[in-house]
Amino acid sequence: MTAPRSSPPAAVPALSVEGLWKSFGDLEVLSGIDLGLAEHEIVCVIGASGSGKSTLLRCINLIEPIDAGRVIVAGEEITAAGVDVDRIRRRIGIVFQAFNLFPHMSVLDNVTLAPRRVLGRSRAEADEQATALLERFGLADKRLDYPERLSGGQQQRVAIVRALAMQPDLLLLDEVTSALDPELIAEVLNVIRELAAEGMTMVIATHEMGFARDIASRVVFLDEGRILEEGTPERIFREPTEARTREFLQRIIEAGRL
Amino acid sequence: MSGPLHQLSGELPPPAARGRRPRLRTRGSALVVAAISTASVFTALVLVVVNAPGWERVSSAFLDWENFTRSAPGIIGKFGVNVALFTIAEVLILALGLVLAVMRSLPGPVLFPVRLLATIYVDLFRALPGVLVIYVLGFGIPGLRLPGVPNDPFFWGVVALTLLYSAYVSEVYRAGIESVHPSQAAAARSLGMSQWQALRHVVLPQAVRRVIPPLLNDFIGLQKDTVLVSFIGVVEIFRQTVIRQQATFNFTPFLVTALVFLAITIPLARFTDWLVSRERDRRYAAAVTERSRAARRGRLWGSGR
Repeated sequence: MTAPRSSPPAAVPALSVEGLWKSFGDLEVLSGIDLGLAEHEIVCVIGASGSGKSTLLRCINLIEPIDAGRVIVAGEEITAAGVDVDRIRRRIGIVFQAFNLFPHMSVLDNVTLAPRRVLGRSRAEADEQATALLERFGLADKRLDYPERLSGGQQQRVAIVRALAMQPDLLLLDEVTSALDPELIAEVLNVIRELAAEGMTMVIATHEMGFARDIASRVVFLDEGRILEEGTPERIFREPTEARTREFLQRIIEAGRL
Repeated sequence: MSGPLHQLSGELPPPAARGRRPRLRTRGSALVVAAISTASVFTALVLVVVNAPGWERVSSAFLDWENFTRSAPGIIGKFGVNVALFTIAEVLILALGLVLAVMRSLPGPVLFPVRLLATIYVDLFRALPGVLVIYVLGFGIPGLRLPGVPNDPFFWGVVALTLLYSAYVSEVYRAGIESVHPSQAAAARSLGMSQWQALRHVVLPQAVRRVIPPLLNDFIGLQKDTVLVSFIGVVEIFRQTVIRQQATFNFTPFLVTALVFLAITIPLARFTDWLVSRERDRRYAAAVTERSRAARRGRLWGSGR
């Protein structure tokens, strides 16, 4: 609230990242990222491998400690001193490229663990809520299976349900289809489309350009740790102004991914 | 083990061999070779020992059948003391070892003293010979004559074994904790779970499951080391054996004791090995399922990354 922005948004932004810097040792991964998201907005972050997409998402909920900058979630600064980070994290869901399901628990327990332990829900209450979510995404018959018995697409859908069970205000999706076989990608993307239709606020790091073009309210091109260009999907994909963006999109088109 | 090596190593057969089942050497002939070789080695060993110049004396001192049958009941009876020692100690060791491992796994500069204490403890009790700790505790502390402090050697024996073995066991737990991929804790934390909740509900259950075989190994070691407690005056199986040996001027009682320990530790060792191989097979089966799925799809899973 100290530094007023040049054009303050009407409502409190769902997410606001200001001057975010992150290095791993000598390697500078994020060099001063500024990013704002209104409620119900969907931002797709695109860029080459190593451009810092995953790191950006992991820094937003502070799984990765940051070097400098501020992250403000719905008006509450998660990076402020003395803030209970766990409490704010409950409101930010994240889904990982490698699913990261808990292998020693059934699908149902994967989904109910955090609601029970973090939100203090009773087992019955958590089970009921989880079952409803699993049913909605076509996973009801898998609820008692262990993750290793599921296909990659099913595991990723469970991971999304696990994040949704905390009823987050903001969902971060970190290349959620990159570890999937081509024929399993659609089922996961459809789940995300459904969430988008419901108005879920999302930051999506992705290599699926077609999907990004369809779903994004805004596309952000990340290059060597900086936001080089951002705009509507139409503008970024049709008439990118930066040479690096054009180059990147050209490579994607050559690879047959757009 | 010389059978279907292809299947064991997890390699797909070379392209030329595909579609044709590789010819396997018959299991029967391997067994015959193993049996003959084993029999010749052991026969040779027995012949060397039996023809040794001192064999007569050794055999009467160690292999007296009458002494064996007379000594066995009393010696086996005292084994109950060892069972009590290692059962009580093992429960305490598993608990204390876990506490130490968790203490050493806590992150952050504030908790440095906790990590330091646990590290000093582990270093200390792994470095000291067990007998020394048993002597110092068993004779030293009762010698202080502090009011209310027990002077029962059995009590101090359990305490000493617990202190010694929990240092080893904590390292086993810690290896387990570190073997759980950090992405598991990250997933738990990102759901809003605290450091402790992530450890308790996500990391530890996976870690403990992985280290059950090495924990059983340490348990076998503990069972044998209960005889050290005889040095501070607990009359358990080893003490009883020595009493019997000194009364009969014959070493056969040691054979009885050796057989008692073999009878309990060997099955436990086999069980541990079985657990390990079952775990390996399970993971191997999972990998094969994954690989054959990938092969059907025409590409290897994750190979693009």
